[in-house]
Amino acid sequence: MFLEWRVADGERELHARGRWRAESATELSRAVAEVELEGPAAVLDADGIETLDLTGAWFLRRLEERLTQSGTPFRWRGARPEALEFAATLLAAGPAAAHEGSERRHEEALGALGRWTVQRGGQARDELEFLGRILFVIGGAFRRPRSLRFKSVIRHVYETGIEAVPIVALIALLISVIIAYIGAQELRQFGGEVFVVDLVTISVLRELGVLLTAVIVAGRSGSAFAAEIGVMQLNDEVDALRAIGLNVVEVLVVPRLLGLIIALPLLTIVADAMGLAGGAVMSWLAFDIPFNQFLVRMQEAMAPTTFWAGLLKAPVFAFVIAMIGTFRGLQVRDSSRELGRLTTVAVVESIFMVLLVDAVFAVIYWELDF
Amino acid sequence: MAATAPADPAVSVRGIVNRFGTQVVHAGLDMEVRRGEIFGIVGGAGSGKSVLLRTILGLQVPRAGTVSIGGRDLTELRGAELRALKRSYGVTFQHGALFSSLTVAENVQLPLVEACRLPDEVLAGLAELKIRLVGLAPDAAGKYPAQLSGGMVKRAALARALALDPPLLLLDEPTSGLDPIAASAFDELLLYLHRSLRLTVVMITHDLDTIYRTCARVGVIVDGRMISDSLEGIVHNPHPWIQEYFHGPRGRSASEATHQDAGVVRSPGRQ
Repeated sequence: MFLEWRVADGERELHARGRWRAESATELSRAVAEVELEGPAAVLDADGIETLDLTGAWFLRRLEERLTQSGTPFRWRGARPEALEFAATLLAAGPAAAHEGSERRHEEALGALGRWTVQRGGQARDELEFLGRILFVIGGAFRRPRSLRFKSVIRHVYETGIEAVPIVALIALLISVIIAYIGAQELRQFGGEVFVVDLVTISVLRELGVLLTAVIVAGRSGSAFAAEIGVMQLNDEVDALRAIGLNVVEVLVVPRLLGLIIALPLLTIVADAMGLAGGAVMSWLAFDIPFNQFLVRMQEAMAPTTFWAGLLKAPVFAFVIAMIGTFRGLQVRDSSRELGRLTTVAVVESIFMVLLVDAVFAVIYWELDF
Repeated sequence: MAATAPADPAVSVRGIVNRFGTQVVHAGLDMEVRRGEIFGIVGGAGSGKSVLLRTILGLQVPRAGTVSIGGRDLTELRGAELRALKRSYGVTFQHGALFSSLTVAENVQLPLVEACRLPDEVLAGLAELKIRLVGLAPDAAGKYPAQLSGGMVKRAALARALALDPPLLLLDEPTSGLDPIAASAFDELLLYLHRSLRLTVVMITHDLDTIYRTCARVGVIVDGRMISDSLEGIVHNPHPWIQEYFHGPRGRSASEATHQDAGVVRSPGRQ
């Protein structure tokens, strides 16, 4: 409907008609792409165009280009439309656009591996340097306690600890109920239902309490650290801190780290307590083990180290989560997509690292018979 | 040029009231922008210039009053009609508001991609045209916003605003944060686009040089209302704030500079 061939007085005429405007770009694009071009000389006629904007003019120019490419001589009836003249002038001026991406070469596998290794190596070095800077600030705090910024630490204890209590408590309760239920079903076959108390006590105190808490905190606070610092990075706030002469690690990283190191063990105690409570309630409701019997059995099941074996891991997990979250946050550069990517990386990496560190703890405890 | 008092204004704002808590920003503000003119909006900090722009864009729902663009009441339109209306104007925000995860070319293509179905080469070609139109070098197309200078960001934002060839442009402080050379190059670019694309431009600005260079009429927001007049008329308005604005030390020097090189039309600068 926008382009039409006519034959008049022995000449082929290509009539452009209608509203050549941006809002019909889809149809214009199709019309220009589909019009039959092969043949003898053509006369272009723009008299039928009602309105022509710059987008429309670009399509007229594309039509001209296609005619030239297909070797069809053409001329305009009357003057070339003004907007087309304007678009052509714009596109003719200056150098042509460099078409990037078209020559992106296929990278050889070996090259990719090498690049990956170098990147990983650089990143490992950066992480080590970051760790060093954290330890340097903490070490310096022995001489200058003010540099620990207690106000800020307390804020982070509140945000990462107190505010997480409900969700941590709920999840610990649910998980111990599940363990008690499934465990008792299996143990019933041997008539050893009462050992459900041992199962709940040991699994919650040694592993599940601290591990689940750490995973929840990695999701809640690891992401918050990365996003908070990442946005500050995008707003040049981090550069502003540096320009004022403040140590970014001291102001942004260490308070979060200390806050979490204080909060995570406390949350773990909450999770332990809720887990045991859940096990006790479940044992009573489902298997008729009264509370006082649960308590006695629990004390027998616990070695002196059971509780501490779990709790000792909490500050280490906290260190890992806070360090990864803040490190990724400081890596954010230039764009909102980077912010999202690095926040995701922070959470995934800190959950992974928590599990890895937990495995290392398991081996060490085994060796030490702890 | 603009006809005198046409029956059909490009933008018409009637009796706008905006209030935040107890703070009254607009108390029955009227504004009328004629087709084909460059209209400047000025006002002190906190006088509600940006709120007015947000109201015109439909981002802020006023307590009372109507906004119509091209004769259509913004507040009464829904769905597809509202979307069509929103494509009839281009906007630039004060800090550019380019999408930071997209290149300049992708930023310019975004409105096209959303509005039409076009093959990649057509999109690339149209983006190149708009990028050249605002005086950016074609190799800026592949850059990300973080790699651009302040002046280039403003130009790229303008290219995105012009992606669908709207007849109306709304600009929020287009020359703020630019050095005087880049700012005056932007003024020339605006005049050039206004001439060659026959645009209507509504522009919030604090830049007196820009006002003297480009605006045919000016609206001043004082006490929650707008006093609008031709540039010549507004300069002689007796309102004390307007007197202070145009005849303070900065106003005088900008006015003198304009009278010296009045009539000189430079070609738009390239950046």
